[in-house]
Amino acid sequence: MAALCESFTLCGLGPSGGVGLGGGLLALEPGPDPDHVLLTDRGRTATLFKVSDQKPLGCWSVKHGQIITCPVVCNFETGEYIAVHDDKVLRIWKNKDINLDKVFKATLSADVYRIHSLPNGGPVVLFKGGGVRTLDVLLEAPQQEIENIISDEVIKWSEAFMEGQQPVLIFATEKDGDFFVYVQKLKMNSLHKYKLEQQELSKPLSFTAYIKNQIITLLCLYSNDSVYKVLIPLQQNSEEEEQILSRSLLLNLSVSGSVLKGTSFVVLDKDHIAILGSLAASGEESKECLTIWNTKFQTLQTSKELPLGTSGQLWCYEEKFFFTHGKVLTVVMYKCETSSLAAAVGKLKDSQTPDVSSFVNWNTLGDEELVVSLQSQQSVALKSESKMTLRSKRNTVAKVQPDTISVGQLLLNLKDASTTVFEDELRQLMSKAQTPDFQATIGCVITALINRCKTNPKYYPRNFLLQIVQTQDLSYSLCPDLMAVALEKKDVHLLQTCLQQFPDIPEEITCACLKVFLSISEAYLQRIDVNLESVICYIDIEFNNKEVKTEIVENGFNAELEQDIWDTKITKRTHLTDDGEFCPVGPQKAALLNAVLHSAYSETFLLPHLKNLPAQQAVLFLRYLYYLYVKCSEKINTTLPGIRSPTVNQIMDWMCLLLDAHFTVMVMLPEAKELLSSLHKFVRAQVRFYSELNKIEGSLRELQRLNHQKDSQTYSIEVLELI
Amino acid sequence: MGEFEVHRVRFFGLVPAGVRCLACQPRGGRLALARTDGAVEVYNFAANYFQEKVIPGHEARSVEALCWAAGDRLFGAGLGGDITEYDLARLCVARSVDGCGGPIWSMAANGSGTQLAIGCEDGSVKLFQVVPGGIEFERNLDRRKGRILCLSWHPSDTHIAAGSIDVLRVFDVRSGQTAQRIMVNYRVQKVKRECVVWSIAFLSSGTVVTSDSFGRVQFWDWERGTLQESHTVSTSAVLSLAVSETEDSIIVGTSTGATYQFQLLPVKMGSLEKRWVRTKPFQHHTHDVRAVAHSSTALISGGLDAQLVIRPLMEKMQKKGYDAALRKFTFPHRRLVSCARKARLLLFQFSQHLELWRLGSTDETGKDGEVLSLCRMPEHLVQLKSKGPEHIYCSCVSPCGNWIAYSTASRFHLYRVQYEGDGVSIKKVPKVPKLLLPAYQLQFSSDSGSLFVASARGSVHVLQLLEPGGCKHLHTFRPPSGSPEAVYLLASSADGQWLAAVGGDWAIHIYNLKCFKHHCTVPMYGCAVTAIAIHPGTNNLVIAYSDQQLFEFSIPKKQYTAWSRMVQNCGLHKVWLERDSPITHITFNPKKPSHILLHDIYMFCVLDKSLPLPDNSALLMNQSTLKQLPETARQRQLHAFKICKKFQPLLFADLLDENCLVMVERPIMDVKTQLPLPIQQKKFGT
Repeated sequence: MAALCESFTLCGLGPSGGVGLGGGLLALEPGPDPDHVLLTDRGRTATLFKVSDQKPLGCWSVKHGQIITCPVVCNFETGEYIAVHDDKVLRIWKNKDINLDKVFKATLSADVYRIHSLPNGGPVVLFKGGGVRTLDVLLEAPQQEIENIISDEVIKWSEAFMEGQQPVLIFATEKDGDFFVYVQKLKMNSLHKYKLEQQELSKPLSFTAYIKNQIITLLCLYSNDSVYKVLIPLQQNSEEEEQILSRSLLLNLSVSGSVLKGTSFVVLDKDHIAILGSLAASGEESKECLTIWNTKFQTLQTSKELPLGTSGQLWCYEEKFFFTHGKVLTVVMYKCETSSLAAAVGKLKDSQTPDVSSFVNWNTLGDEELVVSLQSQQSVALKSESKMTLRSKRNTVAKVQPDTISVGQLLLNLKDASTTVFEDELRQLMSKAQTPDFQATIGCVITALINRCKTNPKYYPRNFLLQIVQTQDLSYSLCPDLMAVALEKKDVHLLQTCLQQFPDIPEEITCACLKVFLSISEAYLQRIDVNLESVICYIDIEFNNKEVKTEIVENGFNAELEQDIWDTKITKRTHLTDDGEFCPVGPQKAALLNAVLHSAYSETFLLPHLKNLPAQQAVLFLRYLYYLYVKCSEKINTTLPGIRSPTVNQIMDWMCLLLDAHFTVMVMLPEAKELLSSLHKFVRAQVRFYSELNKIEGSLRELQRLNHQKDSQTYSIEVLELI
Repeated sequence: MGEFEVHRVRFFGLVPAGVRCLACQPRGGRLALARTDGAVEVYNFAANYFQEKVIPGHEARSVEALCWAAGDRLFGAGLGGDITEYDLARLCVARSVDGCGGPIWSMAANGSGTQLAIGCEDGSVKLFQVVPGGIEFERNLDRRKGRILCLSWHPSDTHIAAGSIDVLRVFDVRSGQTAQRIMVNYRVQKVKRECVVWSIAFLSSGTVVTSDSFGRVQFWDWERGTLQESHTVSTSAVLSLAVSETEDSIIVGTSTGATYQFQLLPVKMGSLEKRWVRTKPFQHHTHDVRAVAHSSTALISGGLDAQLVIRPLMEKMQKKGYDAALRKFTFPHRRLVSCARKARLLLFQFSQHLELWRLGSTDETGKDGEVLSLCRMPEHLVQLKSKGPEHIYCSCVSPCGNWIAYSTASRFHLYRVQYEGDGVSIKKVPKVPKLLLPAYQLQFSSDSGSLFVASARGSVHVLQLLEPGGCKHLHTFRPPSGSPEAVYLLASSADGQWLAAVGGDWAIHIYNLKCFKHHCTVPMYGCAVTAIAIHPGTNNLVIAYSDQQLFEFSIPKKQYTAWSRMVQNCGLHKVWLERDSPITHITFNPKKPSHILLHDIYMFCVLDKSLPLPDNSALLMNQSTLKQLPETARQRQLHAFKICKKFQPLLFADLLDENCLVMVERPIMDVKTQLPLPIQQKKFGT
């Protein structure tokens, strides 16, 4: 819950720094140290304040007749102050300098709009024509030519960030009611121009922006009393075209009938913004006030009336608001805690959590949230663009450096890349494995692949998918569509691997896999590579048998005759399978079915889906289970050899489930009759066997007890050694 | 160190009697316990629950109820109809008063300990005044039909609640009238069985708590006569019930051997409304839990399986220590076996008879763990039945095996045993000197020439044994400053010069047998002595205390030995100190003077004084480790304590000769088979 705390006056303001638009201050900039601000008024003076002491530490003025046109900023690296007066004259001085006439002076060739000082990047100078120079470059040749980029557009607002090691400058311009946004990356010397989506009857009044994960979020306060959000990806590669930026409504500044006419605003954290404006209820006089809004829940969190009026400017540094109120510069502290619904509607119990830090931490912004919104944003943007743009984008894909851009961004960029490029890129991404968010990366990758598969029915990167699944970092919930696509493509090997790897497959999908496995013909399966390790140890692979047989009988019989005999044998044997002696399915199918047997399930959820199994398949499956059961019972320890071979419990559970699900079918189906009766015979024999075992166990236990009693004879002489 | 030939004896058929009732001394550190054979025992909480005093039973004197009154006076009442006061100094019955109401089922003392109420077979509740030197009948309360099975005073002493069959009554003490009568089986209409109220407690809030044969624990508002709460804890009877002094916790015992704790807990966190909640179930017993007690820090229960279980309440424990451990006592903390080393005889003491056995022998030798075949079987030589209803206090066989002595509460017997070939003849020594009886401990001198009789008031009689079968009273030792307490442990030196005696006040007096003089007193140590012995070579007295400390006191020098000081400086191993059963016997190996042999119920230990003491980081029980090590590596691992836990429960261990030991075990399973079958309970999966 955000709250406004105590306020105090920092200083009184001269006649020029008064109330009303056009009045006020030129700017308030952070000073060289924490708790310091630099105030530049609209006249000749700049003052350095220590905020908590409410005390000026230094004051500098330009000569009469001169006027400071660009707010004084502090170069954080050198501790120097930089100002521009009369549009072109650059001044740089230190704390100890008193007279600005005697400090460093450089006259520039073009008018300066603003100087932005970045903590690690040095000051950046933005000229009114849209040209940008770092101070260092500028000072090498002050009279250098400055290009005019924006022709007759007028800069309305600008802001600078550090992205990685390079300064990024963003500024907004206006021309005839159209608004444009420029993003300039200084080191790469790239400039992008965007056009803000036009809005009927309203225009942006104020901007603010922040950067996170290579995406600039631009917030605009519009004259229709709403705040809009515009996402600008930094990795834009189309240099020529001017793109249109679409916006999404972030906040509507109306609360119970009254509307806030905002004049300026700042972002506090991912859920909160503060707006200075006048709250106008219908039929009442509007009151100026400072408000904090929760954007997540669209609520007004707190407000403070400012009856003496403001200049409409608001700054925020170090959890303090600065604004002019009447004839003074007022400082208001605030607290801004993590928002919850309870807090937003004011129902949260007053839990004093002093340890909740309330500084703006953009890293708390959810990644996915961003990616998703970006995607939607992007798709809108793309639709409105020509195919030309797309092509140009595609061309730049190869140039993209994967280590500097986010996965989401990369995937977006790859969206329309050619198959080979696409896969290569993804492989490259995968190869950077074991990064902390590798799992998330892999999830994104597989989603991208699946999406591509869905849109392009011919596209199915079988091996690549298998390779990804085998990383063992996936789960069903991370890529719900993967198995659906695999089912559609009948990629049984992938399905088998998924069944073995994923812990969270829904019973519906398990059943669908079972259905596919049972329906695929053996002939088809023989051509397919399936992991056979679960069956290889116990199944009688008839083809091997056949070869062995032919070898043995080779001398004496001719092979063709033998072949015939073999065939008849086979047919006989398939009849015999009812006794559970021979495997009713091929080894590939058996391996696939074992994967199903191994998967986790809950009976309640499995049963309804199991009922959908066609009768023939159910009988086949039961036959296989019966075969496994007999195989298990052959060995005294009732476990099948091999890796991932089904356990006797799994076999029994599935058998019970299958019989439950297909009770009527089994009763009605003539071919099931024999199977059922032999199964029954076998089970009955087993029950008898185990009851005999029970008896033996009883006798053995009795013997054991007798043995024990013998041990406890009443007298013995024993040898005891103590060391 | 050496190999021993161990005679592992399991034919001592001791069956400890079941626990009948328990009584915690109010605001005191003692627990009184009565067994079904009428024996009364006192355990001292402060001395690590040592069984401090034992008053042997009496055939005609069952104890149904015990209570402490007037501070530390202990009263018992039983089906004999008498109220008995016990003399805890002399460990015998002090006096007995007829209750005049037939068998007494219950007795309770009031809060101030000035009055006793008894509940009789004839349905009467009688009040007795506790006066110095006895009790005086005060009056009868309103009498109704039906035996009074349990009684409880209201803490303000104004009312008494009495449980009977199907009914509980509340008496007004002042008027003697029945103030309330509550039918406890009112709600169980279909059942025609009678409902026995087995136990009752009157809380200061006016709530009466009953436990009954229907397995219920019920809470009644006595004034309104209404049932407040009913908890069915068992399908069989709830036999016993005890309330903590703060009245926020109740323990109940059932006939299935389970005990349950009830706690008075707030309905919600911070709520003022409290309810009784069944919190902890315990199953420590196999048979009826006839008695429970609630000390300030522990739940105590005693069952017909003869076990006394002390289960500490962990929430009351500040730190892990001796008090925080669950302990179970099945066997007495004193020895019931004596051994004639030279003759290789064992004398077993039962409650009313003695058995004399000759050990078998072998001519084989073997390695560790081997069982040697016997060339001669053990032989049951004599069974000596004590006449009369009194149980045996103590017994002893002389080292040569020719003398057997035992004592009951009122009689002392000395027998001369003669062995002619395989035959044994036993002859009672006539005209034994008249002594102050009972004797609490008997000890023959090592040359079998004299007998020491531990007696009341700290005195020890010395009898000279005369061939062919007589005896003469030589001297009586008395502590120089006098003592009211009886002597319960004796030890004589091998050279016949010294005698050490420990009294109930835990003072150890040493007497000179040559000049019949008091030699010295061992410095007092504030804990009960559990075993003493005098080293045959050095005449050092080794003392084991119930807090598991060991001391060695040089009798000639009248001071603790250097080794003893070293032990006190270094401290004994933590694991040794945390053992929960006391050392009951100490003996020595004359050939290896640095060895002390000692044992408790669960272990046998050879303490080698020549080896370093283990520090707490070392493994105390290291025999199995040592056995795996090669000879050369063992040296560094050796420490003074050589502990063997193979023989359990160990009632007696002694050295017969240099490398021959006798161990008398009593396996719990053998005891269990002697007990009646427990209530059949359905176990899951059977």
